[in-house]
Amino acid sequence: MSLRGQIAIAGVHEHPTRWAPDKSEFQIMAESARGALADCGLDLSDVDGLFAASMSMGAMGIVSLAEYLNLKPRYLDGTNIGGSSFVSHVTHAAAAIHAGLCDVALVLYGSTAASNRLAIGTGLGGGRDASASFVSPYGLTTVGSYALIAQRHMHEYGTTSEQLAEIAVTMRRHAGLNPAAKMRAPIDVQDVLDSRMISDPLHLLDCCIISDGGGAVVVTSTERARDLAKPVVRIEGCGEAVCHPEIARPDLLKIAANQSSEQAFRMSGVTHDDIDLCTIYDSFTITVLVTLENLGFCKRGEGGSFVEGGRIGLGGELPINPDGGGLSSNHPGMRGIFLVIEAVHQLRDECAERQVAGARTALVHGTGGTLGVAHSGATLILARD
Amino acid sequence: MAKEVKHPERLMAKEIRHPQPTFDEETRAYWEGAARGEVVLQRCRECGTIQHRPRALCVSCFSDSIEHFVASGRGQVHTFTVTRQNQAPPFREACPYVLAYVELEEGPRLLTNIVACDPETVRIGMPVQVDFAPSENGLAVPRFRPA
Ligand SMILES: [Zn+2]
Repeated sequence: MSLRGQIAIAGVHEHPTRWAPDKSEFQIMAESARGALADCGLDLSDVDGLFAASMSMGAMGIVSLAEYLNLKPRYLDGTNIGGSSFVSHVTHAAAAIHAGLCDVALVLYGSTAASNRLAIGTGLGGGRDASASFVSPYGLTTVGSYALIAQRHMHEYGTTSEQLAEIAVTMRRHAGLNPAAKMRAPIDVQDVLDSRMISDPLHLLDCCIISDGGGAVVVTSTERARDLAKPVVRIEGCGEAVCHPEIARPDLLKIAANQSSEQAFRMSGVTHDDIDLCTIYDSFTITVLVTLENLGFCKRGEGGSFVEGGRIGLGGELPINPDGGGLSSNHPGMRGIFLVIEAVHQLRDECAERQVAGARTALVHGTGGTLGVAHSGATLILARD
Repeated sequence: MAKEVKHPERLMAKEIRHPQPTFDEETRAYWEGAARGEVVLQRCRECGTIQHRPRALCVSCFSDSIEHFVASGRGQVHTFTVTRQNQAPPFREACPYVLAYVELEEGPRLLTNIVACDPETVRIGMPVQVDFAPSENGLAVPRFRPA
């Protein structure tokens, strides 16, 4: 009994700020909730399912958030699997709605990563407990972990720094069309190669930016969504997965996207050729390249040539992240919710200059944690009515 | 394609002050082995699987019949990165340092550092040998140097 087509995203809102030193995470979540509910014409009193995660919400964080919003939902989910959490929340909300456990689910994210000066990319502490002791003595950073993937990819397949840079350049070009994006000045491949090396072979401009921000997504039945304010965006397929070093023989280039997308495609009945655009977690340029391979848009090892020649840019065969992504628009630490929001805006034809013409089907893929060590993946296939 | 060396005095990587490891009952044999200068791995007596990190059960067959053995300490670089920026002490002072996955002869890959060489000379496939840095709590941190 598949939920395919029966559940929809009715409302979305991306918090416009990129710098919010005077706001709390819960305030950003609440403002985002107000925006997403207004987007579809619902009230807070309609919400009976609450889903949220953040970098500072602990195990009981979802309970505190319900208190902040003065909500008493009948379904709660504080799942935190890193930056992919919100893509996963949409899947969990769809399952809960399909099972009759709630009717209107609100997925929330808020963060002040930038104004709190969180050293996300280059200050990964690692714990002090016994299991962390296999990592923490060695100075693993987030960038370093992705760099291990990039170096291996280059070694096995001859992938070049220029090919990785092409991804950063494309995201920046898209950001130039997004008035809310944090970094909008154009860059070229040489700019990326000339930016300082953070962890070989990843340069500064191969890495996502850090911003504040947040967003909200309203999920409900397709039937109910049709009575609401905006065009209906149906969930056609979903999947999630985890990847880890197994018994210390990690295939570093096979990532969670491989498993999660296989499930999403199977559920949806959609083929790769049907996908009009993707929103893909772009913590680093290499993240996009190996994700495209693992989603099956090209063969393993062919990601480097796939991203060349404008294919992933607006007007190309498979536009990726028309909003500018985490590399240029916003990245408050856990970016998955913006992947969902941008895909919905695109499918509703609301994106003005950065609109993918005639977009009917979109693939969303979030990555959580760090490639190279343990990570999660969550895939959604969305289609407009 | 070795780069031209402009600062010969910096050929050798700086010493890394590794944070101290800690252990529990499941990981005791590994870290006590390291303190003796040995890489200790687990082997399943039922199915023969060699596994790392250490744990109470074989994750291939779920047997609890696990034995420990001393590995060769030899391996090769599976992948690596020269870390040039890490804001967290003590690594801030160690930059640039080499983070790597080393594939041991016995199969498992360890996340580790490559030390005692110019970071610019490290390559995938390079043969390496384990090297131990004693830590203040009486243990030692296994890392690798060119073989
Ligand atoms: Zn076994």
